Amino acid sequence: MELILEGFRMAWHLLVTLDKEVLSVTLLSLKVSGLATLISLLVGVVGGTGIALAEFPGKKLLVSVVNTSMGLPPVVVGLFVTIMLWRNGPFGSWEILYTPSAMVIAQTVIASPIVMGISIAAIQNLPPNLRLQILALGASRPQMVWLLVREARLPLLAGIMAGFGGVISEVGASIMVGGNIKGYTRVLTTATVMETGKGNFDTAIALGIILLVLCFVINYLLTMVQQRERPR
Amino acid sequence: MTTRKALLEAHNLVVKRGGTEVLRIPEFDLREHETVALIGPNGTGKSSLMLALAGLLQLAAGEIRYHGDPIILSGDTTAFRRRIAMVFQEPLLFDATVYDNVASGLKLRGISAIETRARVESCLERFRITHLAGRSARRLSGGEAQRTSLARAFATKPEVILLDEPFVSLDPPTRQVLMDDLEQVLRESGTTALIATHDQLEALRLADRMAVMHEGRIVQSGTPAAVMNEPANAFVATFVGMENILTGTIVSAGGGLLSLEVAGKSLEIVGSGAAGERVVLCAHPEHVVVTTIDPDHRTSARNVFSGTVTRIVPLGPVNKVYLDCGFPLVAAVTGQSLAELQLAVGSRIFASFKATSVRLFRKG
Amino acid sequence: MKRLQNLSLFLAFTALLAAFLVTSPAQAASKNLILATTTSTQDSGLLDVLIPVFEKDSGYFVKTIAVGSGQAMAMGEKGEADVLLVHSPDAEKKFMEKGAGSSRRLVMHNDFVIVGPAGDPAKIRGMKTSAEAFKKIAQSGSIFLSRGDNSGTHAKEKGLWKGAGVSSEGQKWYQQTGLGMGQTLNVAAEKKGYTLTDRATYLALKKNLGLEILVEGDAKLLNIYHVIEVNQAKWPKVNAAGAKSFADFTVSKNAQDIIGKFGVEKFGAPLFFPDAGKKPESLGL
Repeated sequence: MELILEGFRMAWHLLVTLDKEVLSVTLLSLKVSGLATLISLLVGVVGGTGIALAEFPGKKLLVSVVNTSMGLPPVVVGLFVTIMLWRNGPFGSWEILYTPSAMVIAQTVIASPIVMGISIAAIQNLPPNLRLQILALGASRPQMVWLLVREARLPLLAGIMAGFGGVISEVGASIMVGGNIKGYTRVLTTATVMETGKGNFDTAIALGIILLVLCFVINYLLTMVQQRERPR
Repeated sequence: MTTRKALLEAHNLVVKRGGTEVLRIPEFDLREHETVALIGPNGTGKSSLMLALAGLLQLAAGEIRYHGDPIILSGDTTAFRRRIAMVFQEPLLFDATVYDNVASGLKLRGISAIETRARVESCLERFRITHLAGRSARRLSGGEAQRTSLARAFATKPEVILLDEPFVSLDPPTRQVLMDDLEQVLRESGTTALIATHDQLEALRLADRMAVMHEGRIVQSGTPAAVMNEPANAFVATFVGMENILTGTIVSAGGGLLSLEVAGKSLEIVGSGAAGERVVLCAHPEHVVVTTIDPDHRTSARNVFSGTVTRIVPLGPVNKVYLDCGFPLVAAVTGQSLAELQLAVGSRIFASFKATSVRLFRKG
Repeated sequence: MKRLQNLSLFLAFTALLAAFLVTSPAQAASKNLILATTTSTQDSGLLDVLIPVFEKDSGYFVKTIAVGSGQAMAMGEKGEADVLLVHSPDAEKKFMEKGAGSSRRLVMHNDFVIVGPAGDPAKIRGMKTSAEAFKKIAQSGSIFLSRGDNSGTHAKEKGLWKGAGVSSEGQKWYQQTGLGMGQTLNVAAEKKGYTLTDRATYLALKKNLGLEILVEGDAKLLNIYHVIEVNQAKWPKVNAAGAKSFADFTVSKNAQDIIGKFGVEKFGAPLFFPDAGKKPESLGL
């Protein structure tokens, strides 16, 4: 209990004094997870909508693969991405192992199925004739997709928040592909693990608190967008 | 009446769903300014035909033509779809205000805000929902929602509007009022309309022409009067309410009259044919007259049958009286007549119909 | 109005994207150097002082990957690291025998100590050799915490049990945490047990621990660090030039001075002892 209070005190102190290291890891957490979520948004919403609207043999199989991938353990993803990006691996020539880019790649792999799976369900949950009604109103195909996405905005935004939540808080993949390099690939989660390993529990708790606050702020903003001005 | 220009046509249409054929229409057209009712029981292909005409369904064979030009379904049909409109059974409104819903079709076409406002306000007024403009679509009653859907469809000033059973989920009073409004709007705008319904009264009210569908085909097409009074076959007859369907054989023919034998009784009706032919007859319950006294005191006289009442079903203004005259008959009797005749189950009656009120067609 | 909102949201996102691409250092590939080392080395804080000096001088960007000793050497064997800074002499010898390294040089040492509760139930305080202490712990059945993670420390510890002729595996009093040194110390403090730790980590945490140094100074408790350059002949992608530059740096006078002074200010005693150029025998190995 003492420890947690100490953690709060330290968190407050680090934030108020704008501690350089803490700022750096927080900013990097935001950048990496933010970019990964952005890419997953495109892949997940566009891909998910496409799959939901199309009819093709093997559709059920594909959807179950996506749904299963929603639960991919981050550390397993990290392992596979590392193996791909090793110098002597298939993509070694890219030379991006132990860089923030590798972290973005790994986190995108983790978040995309989450956003895609929820998008598929969201679009499939719309009234079946809505697509036809939109076309009958004179929509071009791209307009139709946009309108369907807009009608499903509530669950879609929930999916994006789920994707973001999944990657801002993950550590297994980030540590493996990033290497937790000070000032370069160290993020809030990997720093927390490191401090815990060193036995600096108060610092670890402080970083954990900062991570929670960050998550809350981002999700609050997204929720505001989701619940935006629904007409009375 | 001069033949009007055909706006929307279907030629040699075949539609399949899951391998089975659901629609086979050799010819169908919609002409300028007319309102056509597409009637038939559920599952008979009305919706499929409408979707096909709207360019929203894949065709196994055949083509749709608009103003004579074939619509290439595999290509971009947006321009065509912007000239027509469709309203479904469910309102299918967007999660937005009524105003935004009605404006949605115009927004898709990139119409200016000023023009949009003018058109939306006009449509809201025509369907009497101006007071609901700012209301969220989620908070509308069934009738209000369907009005919004109609306003949304008409706002785009379509040349053809397709309505797939638009009033089926509304209660009767709401249905009545909406039908009035729709009728007026159609008249004032001159929009060509195709309305699918399984309610014949709706069809009678709104349509210039009626097409009856059965198992994916159009079995009869013509004015409402023609279809109702001269059904082409037993199916149409049952559907339009001609509940008395009997089979018999022509005994003799001559002078425009036929003498028939039906279930051991003799019948005389207007028509032509050859002796020995098997025929099917139908008559509307309204054309069966029930009396308790032999009308001519001649029980062997033509088209008069004696029988008993087996069942009385009250249906508001008229009662369905089921009779057994050696063969089953159904008569429509007003409440007043029922009381005057003191009809009850078991009452002995005489049923008759005029020679001209029986419709005949060849068996099969 | 709504369109304006959407536009500004979209711009905010693209700005984020741009900012990210601009601010992450675009490193020229040949200036990147992958140093694989152990968590305890990183946790000591020495590298946070040493590496920036090297980077400034040489212009290399060092990617310090701190993992367990086993993983560090595995990385070297696969050519996924350019230079290693490790402290597992037996494993290192095998590494060199395989020809995985092109050069191995002595850098520094620190030492391990046996710590335990002030009460010292096994009565090992002041013993001269670790072998005696370990035997005593085993005999008294006192709780001993092992890292159990194949780290350099763990390897050292296993070697000491072997040397003492005690079989610790599977014994009730022998508990394996699978955790890093700092955490293991905390567990030992909680359970009032004994553990083997490097002096640096202990000193860093001493204040809040409640454990005391009970045995120190045995030659066998020395923790020797070598810098190994990965063999480029085996793995062409290895940055041999960078590896050599770093290795040379660690044994240079500048680096050795820094090593010798590290920790004095904070703990009153140095945490590491510079040994570049010395013969391993002179350390009493």
